[in-house]
Amino acid sequence: MTVQKHLLVIGGTSDIGQATALCYARAGWHILLAARDPGAAQRNADDIAARTEVEVSVHTLDVLKTDRLAGFVAGLPILPDTVVCLVGELGEQERAQTDLALATLILRTNFEAPSLLLGLFSERFQERGSGTIVGVSSVAGDRGRASNYLYGAAKAGFSQFLSGLRNRMAIAGKVRVVTVKPGFVRTRMTAGMNLPGFLTVDPGKVADEIYRAAEEKQRDVVYVSRRWRFVMMVIRAIPERIFKRLRL
Amino acid sequence: MTELAGWGNYPKFPTELIEPRAPAAVPRFVAERSGLIARGSGRAYGDAAIGERFTVLSGGLNRMRSFDPQTALLTVESGVLLADILTTFASRGFFPKVVPGTKFVTVGGAIAADVHGKNHHRDGGFGDNLESFQLALSNGETVTCSRSENTELFAATIGGMGLTGVILEATIRLLRIETGWLRQETKVAKDLDSAIAELESSASATYSVAWIDCLARGTSLGRSLIYTAEHATRDDKDTLRPDLEPFPAPRQMRLCVPGLFPSWLLNRASVQVFNELYFQRGASKAGAQSLIHWDPYFFPLDSIAGWNRIYGRNGFVQHQCVIPFRQARVVLAEILDRVSRRGSASFLTVLKLLRESNGVISFPLRGYTLAMDFPITETLFAFLDELDELVVGAGGRLYLAKDARQSRATFEAGYPGLPVLRDIRRHTSGKERFVSRQSARLGI
Repeated sequence: MTVQKHLLVIGGTSDIGQATALCYARAGWHILLAARDPGAAQRNADDIAARTEVEVSVHTLDVLKTDRLAGFVAGLPILPDTVVCLVGELGEQERAQTDLALATLILRTNFEAPSLLLGLFSERFQERGSGTIVGVSSVAGDRGRASNYLYGAAKAGFSQFLSGLRNRMAIAGKVRVVTVKPGFVRTRMTAGMNLPGFLTVDPGKVADEIYRAAEEKQRDVVYVSRRWRFVMMVIRAIPERIFKRLRL
Repeated sequence: MTELAGWGNYPKFPTELIEPRAPAAVPRFVAERSGLIARGSGRAYGDAAIGERFTVLSGGLNRMRSFDPQTALLTVESGVLLADILTTFASRGFFPKVVPGTKFVTVGGAIAADVHGKNHHRDGGFGDNLESFQLALSNGETVTCSRSENTELFAATIGGMGLTGVILEATIRLLRIETGWLRQETKVAKDLDSAIAELESSASATYSVAWIDCLARGTSLGRSLIYTAEHATRDDKDTLRPDLEPFPAPRQMRLCVPGLFPSWLLNRASVQVFNELYFQRGASKAGAQSLIHWDPYFFPLDSIAGWNRIYGRNGFVQHQCVIPFRQARVVLAEILDRVSRRGSASFLTVLKLLRESNGVISFPLRGYTLAMDFPITETLFAFLDELDELVVGAGGRLYLAKDARQSRATFEAGYPGLPVLRDIRRHTSGKERFVSRQSARLGI
């Protein structure tokens, strides 16, 4: 690598965030980890530095404080080449149906905050004439289901935001936007859930796919497991008249 | 409650799992609960890593803390696997000084069992190559233990089976290697006497171990292949195999034992055939030097995922004893004779030279260690009790990391350091706090 590249991970304490940062570090990138809890982020930063000897810096960020997002972007020591956004909150669907504060938190964390933040980066990237934006959305956003439709609706909004941004950036020029839909991943978010093995992957696999899609191949929308693309195709094809009675 | 077993799938006990996400969360868990034990990746064979009430899983403690290439000092959280250290550092020219027969153990587990490798006769065990560690005590305090700080706790925790506290992180010094290859030599021993003689004469080798054909009888009793090896230098590699990369990539798992492996496939006849072929193949290569990747050299069984399932649903135990030098030849011959008469089919029977250890109840002592797998049957435990009498009579002991069934009498006779550990547990009120099914069974 001739010019030192920089990756910014938003949600740097998540399992996928850690795996993604490590994957890029192994390829020689310098890493910026942004997270709400700087202590936890520092623990991950130390891990990456011990394993790879690359430079890792930690930046405190609470994405829900949206009035500070512009200041965060401006205050970074360097504008990264790639930004990967892993901000998300599954929440509890059932509780959120009556708990408006929780419902708001789910909608803001999965849709509002990441969209606003990535929007800011897209402007800076466009000014510079280069940059890659990776938004980690979810297959849950492909169709609303009773078991998680608040999360799903927010992720659907985020997916549409990324789709529109990609469209605008592609017409204008050099900035790339990638949407990643991981499906089930063995992480803290899914700990204790009974996940179907053939549809579930490890965070390392998601990280590899993010790197491949963003840096090696010119992919737009990535289902981490090919099986999910098929599963969601089927789920989307079911007529609403039937779908509304299903327990999925 | 979750039903939990060790690597041997025997015994099984219900226990409540605790999954801390970071080391900082552990002291609080420890201070609030009784009857708990830490568990690494569950590679202890028996009941050592099943908490009497709670089992603290270390999967979330999987971050590395720091590495200094100048000093080769590596600090990691206790749930980091040796496999992780190996894949991260072997290609950078660093290697753990002690590795056991599987790379799928955690650093915390390696300390708690004071695991030994093929170089124990020269370099000692995992605990002998450990700089320091942090231990969460029963009162919620965290202390640093080393050869200069909290020395009593340091010695009691090495080989202490998690009974002094929960290890949070540890610092080890890695070995510098010039290549990722081992220069291996195979020697043939026609019986037990020559196997012992061969192991003794190869004591200057860094790594040495004997595979014994446990079904051979009569004049062939104890016939063996003795493997010695050194880390290959750049020159070794260039001489033997100039075509190879100095640092090969880690190997992938290629085989997997299916969930319902028919255990009747593993019988006296099939193992006899296997052993014969294995012995002849090894004998044909005797004397020649060959280069072998670190992974298959140190961890031949790791390439077969779930190999513990070949012993079937009832599970198996591994009987690993160490017999002091003086009586080793006679007692080992007697044990091997009884095993071969019984016709038990142990795939991998291993004989190895050990030296003294420094842990309070650490397993190794100067002598020979013999490890054999036995599928669980109705008559097995009575048979093993008889072997234990031979072991105790010769001043030997059994390895707690493998044990699932020894008696208190066997244990107490084998471990003279036990009163010291009990004292420390009383002083630090660890006795009620840290209790595994094994420690309860053995009254530690």
